[in-house]
Amino acid sequence: MASLISCPHCGTRPKEEFSIRGAVVARPQPGAKEDAWYRYVFIRDNPKGRYQEYWHHAAGCRRFLVVDRDNLTHEVFAVTDATEFAKNAEVAR
Amino acid sequence: MRYSAFSILKQALSGNRLWTPAWREPEPKPHYDVIIVGGGGHGLSTAYYLAKEFGITNVAVIEKGYIGSGNVGRNTTIIRSNYMLEGNNPFYELSLKLWEGLEQDFNYNAMVSQRGVLNLFHSDGQRDQYARRGNAMRIEGVDAELLDREQVRRLAPYLNFDHGRFPIMGGLLQKRGGTVRHDAVAWGYARGADQRGVDIIQHCEVTGIRRENGVVTGVETTKGFIGCNKLALAAAGNTTTVGRMADLQLPIETHVLQAFVSEGLKPVIDQVITYGAGHFYISQSDKGGLVFGADIDYYSSYAQRGNLATVEHTMQEGVTMIPGLSRAKVLRAWGGVMDMSMDGSPIIDRTSIDNLYLNCGWCYGGFKATPASGFCFAHLIAKNETHRVSRFMRLDRFERGYALDESGKGPQPNLH
Repeated sequence: MASLISCPHCGTRPKEEFSIRGAVVARPQPGAKEDAWYRYVFIRDNPKGRYQEYWHHAAGCRRFLVVDRDNLTHEVFAVTDATEFAKNAEVAR
Repeated sequence: MRYSAFSILKQALSGNRLWTPAWREPEPKPHYDVIIVGGGGHGLSTAYYLAKEFGITNVAVIEKGYIGSGNVGRNTTIIRSNYMLEGNNPFYELSLKLWEGLEQDFNYNAMVSQRGVLNLFHSDGQRDQYARRGNAMRIEGVDAELLDREQVRRLAPYLNFDHGRFPIMGGLLQKRGGTVRHDAVAWGYARGADQRGVDIIQHCEVTGIRRENGVVTGVETTKGFIGCNKLALAAAGNTTTVGRMADLQLPIETHVLQAFVSEGLKPVIDQVITYGAGHFYISQSDKGGLVFGADIDYYSSYAQRGNLATVEHTMQEGVTMIPGLSRAKVLRAWGGVMDMSMDGSPIIDRTSIDNLYLNCGWCYGGFKATPASGFCFAHLIAKNETHRVSRFMRLDRFERGYALDESGKGPQPNLH
């Protein structure tokens, strides 16, 4: 695993400052059907390779970030603020 | 060849020239009754019990590396059945009973050593919790003893009893727990299955699952197409990758777990001891090395190597529990990739495809389950019905709201 993460707010920081929340999965609308919630809570794509995860910069800015990385080679491609990421995803949709 | 004192003597007198390989290296046949994907502990034990208990011998175990190259050779070799929940305890107790008779059963020295597993507790609340667990075990007929501080001190005087923050107040002991020589488990099952006609095909990677009219007809491999009537997946760590070939969507995330071994020391740690104020477990191998491990690395990973921060964390926990450990040198560290399921418990079940069977989600705890996992999976494959003790390990339990959350944690692999 890469030892350094480039936080968009704090700069390059050691990975021990972060706590990892898990896969980036879009949260269903409150009124969504049970199946959507089941998939959100339990089902994971779990790809081998490029992967996006929520990381919380617990010992820094305390922002949630999306870390885009490879879970086999541990290369980090991008680190984005989660709000920014959600906005971009909205635009793409 | 049957192994015995007599066979050793005979070989010794003939200069050890007559030993034969413990299993064949066959080329795959065009078609099998059952194909098992994954030649690890669980795949091999499934093949063994299919042949021995259920009379199905036209079976192939397909392994992309060599057998035992995955998690069965990468764990900390602990066996125990100190589980609390009704859905877990009888299963792991069946496993422990099978461990107890295993070496005679498959005629192979797996060095099963029932040296006891001791879980330490550090607060009044934790003592209550361990007493409850012990009681739950005893209701199921499993041995458990709650020890106070002085009883623990007699067993392991080197522990850090008076730690300022986490003093040791006692422990829950399961005397029948212990350790097993992990590689020998893979070899013993492989040899036993092979003797009964199972083909073990190594260095053969499954690249696709062929389906017609909604049922599996066989697998595409690097050695060509192999047909089958039933397909069983036991590919821990790579379950999602293999499952995707059959469009399965699974409640699994892959994480790396590290383990460590120290230089060889004189006998000092007699039991398996676990730390209750963190997650640390240690035992001493017969060769003298201290074998220990702690938590997963907390991020999804398919790499069979871990991170230095987790190494440091593990060492800190170890030294907190046994200060003398700081004098020992670590010899080796390694990582294994494992299926972390969303409730911390495994899955042994059929799938949405009629003749496709699934064995996965073993999280940290796959090694101790090897015999029962193989037995129950073989039962499921042979009879098409779930074995009584694995009936809670259903794939649809997440959807139905029947999570098997032994450690009381929700759907977050990195919490388990």
